[in-house]
Amino acid sequence: MKSIIIALLAFSLFQGDGKLKIVSFDEFEEIIEAPSDGIRVYNFWATWCAPCIKEMPHFQKVSKAEGVELMFVSLDDGRKPDRVESFMEKRKISSPVVLLDDIDYNRWIGKVSDDWSGAIPATLFIDAEGKRHFHEGEMSEQELKDFINKLK
Amino acid sequence: MRNMRLVFAMVLAFAFTGAFAQKSGYKVGDKAMDFELKNVDGEMVSMSDHEDAEGFLVIFSCNTCPYVVAYEDRMIELHEKYAPKGYPVIAINPNDEALSPGDSYEKMQERANDKNFPFAYVYDESQEIVNAYGATRTPEVYLLQKQDDDLVVKYIGAIDNNYRDADEVTDRYVEEAVDALLEDRQIAVANTKAIGCTIKFRK
Repeated sequence: MKSIIIALLAFSLFQGDGKLKIVSFDEFEEIIEAPSDGIRVYNFWATWCAPCIKEMPHFQKVSKAEGVELMFVSLDDGRKPDRVESFMEKRKISSPVVLLDDIDYNRWIGKVSDDWSGAIPATLFIDAEGKRHFHEGEMSEQELKDFINKLK
Repeated sequence: MRNMRLVFAMVLAFAFTGAFAQKSGYKVGDKAMDFELKNVDGEMVSMSDHEDAEGFLVIFSCNTCPYVVAYEDRMIELHEKYAPKGYPVIAINPNDEALSPGDSYEKMQERANDKNFPFAYVYDESQEIVNAYGATRTPEVYLLQKQDDDLVVKYIGAIDNNYRDADEVTDRYVEEAVDALLEDRQIAVANTKAIGCTIKFRK
């Protein structure tokens, strides 16, 4: 029963209804641990992070072209979600966005990936077998394409 | 022919160690290199200039990162608390000014002036030091302890566990680490991770 709820939750989050959802790390972990048949991409970013903003259009374009599920995970200040909402509107972000509001960072960064120091941008890829792959740092459109194609 | 193969294998091995060394940088227990970097007051700063120091809080920092801004007052407090005990703060800006114009030397001088930094704020313009240390984000702290002629890395990571509000902090990682050194105790938490701004490495 629980897994169905999680799957439904994950499904509804991937619909991208234009509304921002604020989640704790435990809730985020449930999303990424939900079973899936395809490749999923979780891009960690923030409105104040210039290299993050630069790579976001590549993520939108490539995820569409390659048919993978994309979620933007904002690490902005959870007390000011309107900043993220107006950014989404202004930049026409059609992919789903969650705001991960959990600032006890050392408790959870290593749970996403041992390879993550905490610097953003950073991206978690989960392949169809559920195996995690991680990239810290900005990605070009080509790098992103190549990374996804290696997971196929 | 055999020799050629051996040489080739050695070159490969060197290439790989080089790549790994650059990516990983120092770990707790490693010896850290000294530096000679220009402070905001125009003077060159090295750790070897501080003969009285027991060690250093080397903090990779910058002008532009909101996490750094959130921690600036705490960096000042750390210096004021620990410099008299032998552990001064030295803040290093490693960002390439071409990629991040707000992190130029002139902007560093402005920021240091506005905030009245009591510690040295130096510019790693060549990025040699950030590459050697292996810092990935700002702010990131390397606590070093003098042992004979060496500077040994004792802690790497965040200042504490709440960037937003100093009053809500429950784990003071850096203070606990320096206190442990001062009291000759084992450091309980020697590595921490935190969200931070990527260091802008020259392309």
